[in-house]
Amino acid sequence: MTASVTSTERLQRLLALVPYVVSRKSVGLAETAAAFGVTERELVDDLNLLWCVELRAPDPYCPIDLSYEGGEIVVSQAESMGRPLRLAVDEASALLVALRMLAEVPGQKDRSALSRLIAKLEAAAGEAASASAQVAVQVDIPDEGAEAYAAQIRAAVTAGRRLHLRYYVPARDEATERDVDPMRLHIVEGRPYLEGWCLRAEAMRLFRLDRMLSLEVLDVPSSPPEQAQPVDVDQGLFRPSPDDVPVVLELSVAGRWVAEYYPCESVSDLEDGRLRVVLRTPDTGWVRRLALRLGEDGRVVSPSSLVTEVRESATAALANYVVLGNPMPATLRIVM
Amino acid sequence: MSKRKTERLLGLVVCLLSTRRYLSADQIRAAVPGYPEQDDLFKRMFERDKEDLRELGVPLETGLNHPFDDDPGYRIRQQAYELPELRLEADEAAVLGLAARVWRRAELAGAAAGALLKLRAAGIDAGSLDGSDEDPSAQGIEPRLGTPEAAFGPLWEAVRDRRPVTFSYRAAGRSDPQRRELEPWGVVNRHGRWYVAGRDRGRDATRVFRLGRIAGPVKFCGPAGSVTVPDGTDVRELVSDWDSAPAPERTAVLRIRTGAGVGLRRHAVSVRADDTEQGWDLVTTHFTDVGWFADYAAWFGPDVVVLDPPDLREAVIRRLKGVLA
Repeated sequence: MTASVTSTERLQRLLALVPYVVSRKSVGLAETAAAFGVTERELVDDLNLLWCVELRAPDPYCPIDLSYEGGEIVVSQAESMGRPLRLAVDEASALLVALRMLAEVPGQKDRSALSRLIAKLEAAAGEAASASAQVAVQVDIPDEGAEAYAAQIRAAVTAGRRLHLRYYVPARDEATERDVDPMRLHIVEGRPYLEGWCLRAEAMRLFRLDRMLSLEVLDVPSSPPEQAQPVDVDQGLFRPSPDDVPVVLELSVAGRWVAEYYPCESVSDLEDGRLRVVLRTPDTGWVRRLALRLGEDGRVVSPSSLVTEVRESATAALANYVVLGNPMPATLRIVM
Repeated sequence: MSKRKTERLLGLVVCLLSTRRYLSADQIRAAVPGYPEQDDLFKRMFERDKEDLRELGVPLETGLNHPFDDDPGYRIRQQAYELPELRLEADEAAVLGLAARVWRRAELAGAAAGALLKLRAAGIDAGSLDGSDEDPSAQGIEPRLGTPEAAFGPLWEAVRDRRPVTFSYRAAGRSDPQRRELEPWGVVNRHGRWYVAGRDRGRDATRVFRLGRIAGPVKFCGPAGSVTVPDGTDVRELVSDWDSAPAPERTAVLRIRTGAGVGLRRHAVSVRADDTEQGWDLVTTHFTDVGWFADYAAWFGPDVVVLDPPDLREAVIRRLKGVLA
């Protein structure tokens, strides 16, 4: 970055540093350095710079007086810099948008701290708060069940209790039973997830609330093992491993959404707006289902075993329509 | 160089904060160390400094002390500069730390950190950004907002500054991107994806665009303040209306293999064993969109057979035949 960016960023820090100390009367060097995310040496440089500020006219004087003897910072004269600068539009918006999103997170007993804080920040930010109304974040709460699950999960985390859940896995069209030691309620990509140690998989897992068939708080203490570390969702929810099977799909224009929806290892353009994508997955079962759903808008190119599976599955499904599907029993017709 | 500039800007802020009268450029040059002697060099540097301060959000005022003054002067009013008095209860400060972490590694992360710094400077003890000293009351929840779409940054600026933009857009089901000119009214995150709503100038109509489908850069095509958001606009509603087309609910009858089709059974109106075909259940369920529901039914392959209505049944058969074509 350019030197000017650095100097204005440092100016921002200096403008906050004086009031930080003033509002606390006196504060330790180490603690302050940590709060500002700088080293103690950088902090001392900042303090020296502040102390050296000089105005020359009409009469020379130093507006800021401070000391940091014995590792304790004291500002004895701050002139008009005793208060921090107002929040900028981006700053006020970042906090307010995040707070309004938090207010939508399901399963909260008490939202009053949130609404009090939003009101206080809006008042303090003044005009800078208005742009935040142009940004909205919606947290999906699929149904009332999910709201209740969220409350149970948060309660179980607080109380340190194990959960038992029946969980639907669409990729295999299966209802699974699992015991999970809950760690957190996660909101990623607008959806609530339970993050916890799955005793069946012996690994950290994220569970979508809208796929829970039932949830029970067990009378068993939660005891995730030491290796239970939070899932790093910032790297994306799906992280293919090198052992996964590469699947090549060709998509028509109407099937292009697949490249947006599923994380693809590579996407390349073919003629007429068609796409060729490569996915990596440990379990190709869901790709077979995806191919059935896509019909003529998507075609599995490889592996060849999956190509065969898809064709067999489609053939079997079509055979059902010949054998079972016709005719519709008269008693079943719905009167609309 | 950088340190000298910081010193000079700091001197400028302190100088303008401590005056009630407007100070002329010459008076400022005399008071603040670090400005060059030559007039043209000073002028250029001073202009840039003013620009830098305004970008930081310092409310630099320009005005005349007397109507007869030739050149305008400058000052910063203490009241306009200062963050107003703000006191937070412990539970409020705890949520504040949580809110600042929502943007972690996303577009407004820097802005959230900057805000937190100012609030800490106002004497508030909010949690740290990395969550290392997480308040117990905030535990058990980790909300995260991502901005993987490159268009988010420029569109947020455009919405904030009320500027029109132009970009090329690849609409769903179209292979070639089209040029769009938009007066953006707001950005909305729905199902984890970002959308922008506003007036499409080319079509003279309200439109919603998905940021992930914008190809290439977003460019400003008009000055700040030139976009007017119509009164009563609810961008969130615009996006959810665009996204979901409500249609009258219809009823489907399916044959589902016993033990299979769990996802379909979850939302069924009724499930009962099929007397005529052993190993199958008859399931009645509601749906709204034939295309969408046919996609879903096809997902289950040979485990699900649509009996009724005929258009849904045909749609599933078409998909299955499409696989074999």
